[in-house]
Amino acid sequence: MKEKNYRKATLILEDGMHLSGFSFGAEIPAAGEIVFNTAMTGYPESLTDPSYKGQILVLTYPSIGNYGVPGKTVEDNLLAHFESEHIHVNALIISDYSEKYHHWNASKSLAQWLKEEKIPALFGIDTRALTRHIREKGAMLAKIVFDQDIPFYDPNHDNLVSRVSIKEKQVYGHGKNRILLIDCGVKNNIIRYLLKYDTTVIRVPWDYDYSREEYDGLFISNGPGNPEMCQATILNLKKSINEDRPIFGICLGHQLVSLAAGAQTYKLKYGHRSHNQPVLMTGTNQAYLTSQNHGYAVDANNLPNDWEVWFTNLNDGSNEGIKHKSKQILTTQFHPEASSGPTDTAFLFGEFIKNTESWKTR
Amino acid sequence: MENKIKKVLLLGSGALKIGEAGEFDYSGTQALKALKEEGIFTILINPNIATVQTSEGMADKIYFLPVTPYFVERIIEKEKPDGLLLAFGGQTALNCGIALHKSGIIEKFGIQVLGTPVESIIETEDREMFSKKLSEIHVKTPKSIAVTGVEKALEAAEIIGFPLIIRAAFTLGGQGSGFCNTNEELIQLANKAFSYSSQILVEESLKGWKEVEYEVVRDRYDNCLTICNMENFDPLGIHTGESIVVAPSQTLTNREYHKLRQLSIKIVKAVGIVGECNVQYALDPESEDYRVIEVNARLSRSSALASKATGYPLAFVAAKLGLGYGLHELKNNITKTTSAFFEPALDYLVVKIPRWDLSKFVGVSRELGSSMKSVGEVMAIGRSFEEAIQKGLRMIGMGMHGFAANKELDIPDVKAALNHPTDSRIFAVAQAFNQDMTVDEVYELTKIDRWFLHKLHNISQLEQELLTYPEPGQLPRGLLLEVKQAGFSDFQIARLLFSNRSIGQKDDEILEIRQFRKKLGIVPYVKQIDTLAAEHPATTNYLYLTYHGSEHDINFEQDGKSVMVLGSGAYRIGSSVEFDWSGVNALQTVQKSGYRSIMVNYNPETVSTDYDVSDRLYFEELTLERILDISELELPKGLIVSTGGQIPNNLAMRLYRQKVPILGTSPLHIDRAENRFKFSEMLDKMGVDQPEWKELSSLEEIIEFTNEVGFPVLVRPSYVLSGAAMNIVSNRDELEHFLNLATQVSKQYPVVVSRFITDAKEIEMDAVADDGKIIAYAISEHIEFAGVHSGDATIMFPPQKVYVETLRRIKKISRLIAEELHISGPFNIQFLAKDNDIKVIECNLRASRSLPFVSKVLKTNFIDIAVRIMLGEKVEKPNKTLFDIDYIGVKASQFSFSRLSKADPVLGVDMASTGEVGCIGDDYYEAILKSMLAVGYRVPEKNILISSGPMRSKTELLQSAFLLIENGYKLFTTKGTHDFFKKNGIKSTMVNWPDIDQAPNAYQMIKERKIDLVINIPKNLSSEELNNDYTIRRAAVDFNVPLITNARLASAFIYAITKYKMSDLSIKSWDEY
Repeated sequence: MKEKNYRKATLILEDGMHLSGFSFGAEIPAAGEIVFNTAMTGYPESLTDPSYKGQILVLTYPSIGNYGVPGKTVEDNLLAHFESEHIHVNALIISDYSEKYHHWNASKSLAQWLKEEKIPALFGIDTRALTRHIREKGAMLAKIVFDQDIPFYDPNHDNLVSRVSIKEKQVYGHGKNRILLIDCGVKNNIIRYLLKYDTTVIRVPWDYDYSREEYDGLFISNGPGNPEMCQATILNLKKSINEDRPIFGICLGHQLVSLAAGAQTYKLKYGHRSHNQPVLMTGTNQAYLTSQNHGYAVDANNLPNDWEVWFTNLNDGSNEGIKHKSKQILTTQFHPEASSGPTDTAFLFGEFIKNTESWKTR
Repeated sequence: MENKIKKVLLLGSGALKIGEAGEFDYSGTQALKALKEEGIFTILINPNIATVQTSEGMADKIYFLPVTPYFVERIIEKEKPDGLLLAFGGQTALNCGIALHKSGIIEKFGIQVLGTPVESIIETEDREMFSKKLSEIHVKTPKSIAVTGVEKALEAAEIIGFPLIIRAAFTLGGQGSGFCNTNEELIQLANKAFSYSSQILVEESLKGWKEVEYEVVRDRYDNCLTICNMENFDPLGIHTGESIVVAPSQTLTNREYHKLRQLSIKIVKAVGIVGECNVQYALDPESEDYRVIEVNARLSRSSALASKATGYPLAFVAAKLGLGYGLHELKNNITKTTSAFFEPALDYLVVKIPRWDLSKFVGVSRELGSSMKSVGEVMAIGRSFEEAIQKGLRMIGMGMHGFAANKELDIPDVKAALNHPTDSRIFAVAQAFNQDMTVDEVYELTKIDRWFLHKLHNISQLEQELLTYPEPGQLPRGLLLEVKQAGFSDFQIARLLFSNRSIGQKDDEILEIRQFRKKLGIVPYVKQIDTLAAEHPATTNYLYLTYHGSEHDINFEQDGKSVMVLGSGAYRIGSSVEFDWSGVNALQTVQKSGYRSIMVNYNPETVSTDYDVSDRLYFEELTLERILDISELELPKGLIVSTGGQIPNNLAMRLYRQKVPILGTSPLHIDRAENRFKFSEMLDKMGVDQPEWKELSSLEEIIEFTNEVGFPVLVRPSYVLSGAAMNIVSNRDELEHFLNLATQVSKQYPVVVSRFITDAKEIEMDAVADDGKIIAYAISEHIEFAGVHSGDATIMFPPQKVYVETLRRIKKISRLIAEELHISGPFNIQFLAKDNDIKVIECNLRASRSLPFVSKVLKTNFIDIAVRIMLGEKVEKPNKTLFDIDYIGVKASQFSFSRLSKADPVLGVDMASTGEVGCIGDDYYEAILKSMLAVGYRVPEKNILISSGPMRSKTELLQSAFLLIENGYKLFTTKGTHDFFKKNGIKSTMVNWPDIDQAPNAYQMIKERKIDLVINIPKNLSSEELNNDYTIRRAAVDFNVPLITNARLASAFIYAITKYKMSDLSIKSWDEY
């Protein structure tokens, strides 16, 4: 009956692998870098995470679409149930699609949403076999083809951040702590968390010259692609880390601060994209479970002198955060804002705000 | 890690019972392995002799003694352990630990309780303290107010708000409880409830809410994880042990999932758990509102399921955390490279389905509710819900083939069946869809989340689609693949396609579908359970099969150096942990003999489904289709079908026909023993006696037969497991009454009627033979006379009261049968003996229920011998026989009647026990007393109520009554017994039958706890019992007064308690005998 109801399409990988699946999204071809995420919940959040820009996302959890897609409720000028305004993945690959969904908060099916957003999606693919392939060969280029072939597309050569960052400054809230947020593709939940404290969030474009802005703390967001593409941001940050205002960077923000400080980044074989990445805080027995989504990492082996490793991944030993030895500069590779994923490290926003407050009363 | 703990005592959970079953063998076994790895000396107390944890080499010292404060204290005195583990033996161990803590024993001996502190445990066990604690940390629990009057109830309703549930406090079986939506309804209900109790609870109703569970671990550094979450398919109101459960949750959004996850961590941190803990929630299906329903500060049924569902060894890790490790200091046992501090990511889903055996009990209600009645469970793994649920519905072994293509159940009112959950509600859902009811209509009646119903509806639609194809040749490949992905078996497809052929008599149609789909390249793929959804390479051997795949995760050696062992499937009455022990031992011998071992089983409560006991574990169905799938991929040297009970045994001949190599006794001979006619003919030819029997298909024929042999007769369908639907009938009325029941359960098979010999001893022969030559044997004797199912009987080994001549004859007959059937492997023969007259009643060419018991008492591992023989090794006869041991083992049965409200707690030819223990004593009476204490009997203090039943048992009990009087006991008797005792010079106080409203009344005395032991012998052997006797028996069970219903067992117990005081019982470990 699936054969009757769904059109077939082919997923083609850079190394020649062909997989046939049923199309349940928009019936248009797409190309990008293929990556996998092992999370078991949170497809509406993942699909709208700007860090996935340019990527074809494989979800390893087999049954997707179960609870449909929530409606577009707006709170604090942000979509309440999504991480940005639109889907950012270039395509979605899953094993089993739940055509019939049910949830009190759902307004449409996943298929309907994908079609509206013009994003192609395939089900009926052995996503475990595909994931093993990516794990062994590394993240690679891929495309979804219906009738006509299209070329592969490598998003890592593009400045993706410029495509997902806002174009104009925007201000949220009116609390006493003024946070300057460099938007490299920020997830809504970061703003929601910041607004939970007594803050005003000033969201600026990735290459914005904020030197004349008035603020108490600097935040650098997550975002897609290769951090070295964001030279403008790195230049701005070089100045900021020489000042003494508290800084907090997440994911790409962590990588950018590291680059500004003089460290190096490298591309991981297939990245960390999951809800179950364990990290240990250096010098303690405190371990946290974190949500992650990154393809690049900071090389902790040659951190500049003033910096130290804050968190380390318990699985592969990769760097998960750094901090300045004397200043209040903190960064994490993982996502304390979760959404989707575990919220164990949400307290770090509190640390940042505390730093901001003490800077104000210095 | 430095550790000062050197010697640890682990409390087991005792006999398997409803609510406390195989999961604790698994948990305890894992804990022992974890301690061993640390070089810690381990002492285990567990009378459950059939478990894996009580096997040689698991613990350094094993005590087959009751897990009660008395015995644990004696062992502590003797062994002086420095650590104590309470979390691995269920509620039994936990309660025992709390008692020892309260009596100061733990402190007195300076023992450290490893893991969660006892104070924290107490806090979670006490409802009120627990609610208070949670409200302190702003976590919601159901609002509940206890009141003592209708006015107060109305006030409470004002505070909480409707809808409400009203419960009478301190009553059994939910008497006087109900739901109400208005003040008027409340007043009516409250008035009714106050007639049962002076206090009622007014609680908010969470009817229809989702039920979700989290399994949480925490270490001493306050690091916390939720290893698995699970969602109940059935809404709140049905005990989680009675629910179909899915992992991970399917209908929760990320926000809901992580909200409850974060709350779990908050709770576990506040309570101060060190180790494992389970948190149960109710979640509003219309918002993100929630309530915490329960917290279990120990390993549980759910944690065992979570371990199997995720591959994360919860019990093993919990034991390490108890020793002081941090989660980040431990490795993930599956990948060996990544950290144990992580939450598994599943790339499949699992469905747990309970297995009930309610048809075995007279009078029990089939409706499911807040108390647990199921006796076992299965776990099915798939890459879609449809695939997993259909697998699971086959696995439970209730004669169903999945969700579709079943024989229509007789459900007169489908809507009522949907609205009132029973053990077969899911099949009512199937029926509803077949009658074109919509998902929404079914939802309104069941409150099962629509997502689940939509998935089930998909299956029904595929079923309809298949029905439109007249033959397989026309089936499109895409559709066939889709139905296989939706979990349809070849049998289901055959039944739907070949509507004109009768499917299942032979395997032809199933094999035709198999050939057809293989030709189209539609085959299942083998996938690993690796805890990380393939993110990191894992060498795991934990496997399942799916049709949602395009490649295998593993390579198959196909070198003939592997041996496949078939497991026993779901625990049920008649097939339980004993077959897990047999399976695990078989795996061990296979490995020792230089082969790779492969296990196939699907029971999440077992040790055999632990991925570290075999070289490969297929968590899969035990069906012809699936075993062929696996053996075609693995091409093993052979299959062992004789260590997993009846399920693999029944597959032997079918696999043999498909040229699958079966190790051990030839399936042709297995068939000769299983087939009643062939077996009987064989015995006749050999000149071996058996009770007269005939296979008959009409009442007239049976009457004719009873005219020849006389009443009583035993009536049963052929190919029975644990005596399903057997009964003894004493006259024509009973016969006619019973026949209706028996024919209902088995239309296909005619009824077998055999002469029933009264007052005969039942004797069992457990043996292992090599090509027909007996290598090892054990003969044991039942205490009860024939008529009590061998699975319920109390068994002594070596036999104590059997003539030497009888033993000689039994050995001779066994030898003849072994030779005739060319037995190579384990077998069991049951005999009847009366005055040296020996008759064979049954013969099974497989490991029996009593095999672990005799193996452990004799200290000779029969499975090891059997498997070595099956592998072709030359095995010498062991140098020890039952005549060489100078101690006695007694195996006693555990009943779970207290869980089965209204069931009549009598023993009959139908098996009713859910578990067993085996204790060792220096003499018969010591062993029987220990074993009966281990299944919950207590030495009575003073008052004993006796209704002695028919004349035979009255006489049997006479001597015991004298002994009781001599020992200062006070006897209370019902009328007939009183008269009989008086005539024989025994002083007793007469009490009135329950229906005579005059003191002293038997029921009232039991209810008021004035009686310490009830001996009630049923008047006749039929299922119909006098109401009064039933009331007495049921009252004993409901008010937790020990009950004995067999005169022979009663005498044995009375002799034992008058001969020994508790303090006389020796505290000796297994190795000290």
